[in-house]
Amino acid sequence: MLIFTKIYGQLEVDDKQLIHFPSGLYGFESLHDFALLDAHQEPFYILQSVEKVETAFILINPYVFRPDYVLEIPDNDLEEIGSPEQDDVLVFAIVTIPSEQREMSANLQGPVIINRQGRLGRQSISLNPVWETRHLIVREMAGKG
Amino acid sequence: MLILARKVNERIIIGDDIEISVVDIKGDQVKLGINAPRSVKVYRQEVFEAIQEENRKAAETTSRDIPSLTQFLEPGASGESEEKDSEEKP
Repeated sequence: MLIFTKIYGQLEVDDKQLIHFPSGLYGFESLHDFALLDAHQEPFYILQSVEKVETAFILINPYVFRPDYVLEIPDNDLEEIGSPEQDDVLVFAIVTIPSEQREMSANLQGPVIINRQGRLGRQSISLNPVWETRHLIVREMAGKG
Repeated sequence: MLILARKVNERIIIGDDIEISVVDIKGDQVKLGINAPRSVKVYRQEVFEAIQEENRKAAETTSRDIPSLTQFLEPGASGESEEKDSEEKP
């Protein structure tokens, strides 16, 4: 399928990359269909809205910079994405990149969970308050968090 | 908006299976106890709003270039490394 992306222009994506978000994302509840793409820069991914080209998010696997991250979310969030087997759950954090890029942060309080078999996703809210909306990736990766 | 006055240990029932009790009141802080089925999600409003706000900010920043993460991790590569005694690696 050919889609328009905010960052890379027109792109051919495989159906396997298309993820349906029944509830959308917080603040973006009206957008339900996204494509999950590899960013040209590792270790980032792009979650591109299929419905609205200007809405795209940068994602990171939280374990890349916080190996101690534990996904603690309500059971019914997993039910909404089809109660996948643990191996089929992909976990991402949404990244915010300010003009001072070193200060890029990841939202571990609102993880994005995807059932890769059912291609269903949702944004969850961590039940554990130690995970916040702004974790400084560079600092925490260097063990200074 | 429906406004109800309650004292400590008094409760409010919402629907068939949600119960909110006033556990304690100290100064301007109220402690509430909430009994609800697991399917009902309960969050502090500010948590909810913080995530919405961070999503909006994150969506704006995708118009900028995405940096490579490694440029910030290799000593000296970013030009503002914090290591004071950085070693030259071959």
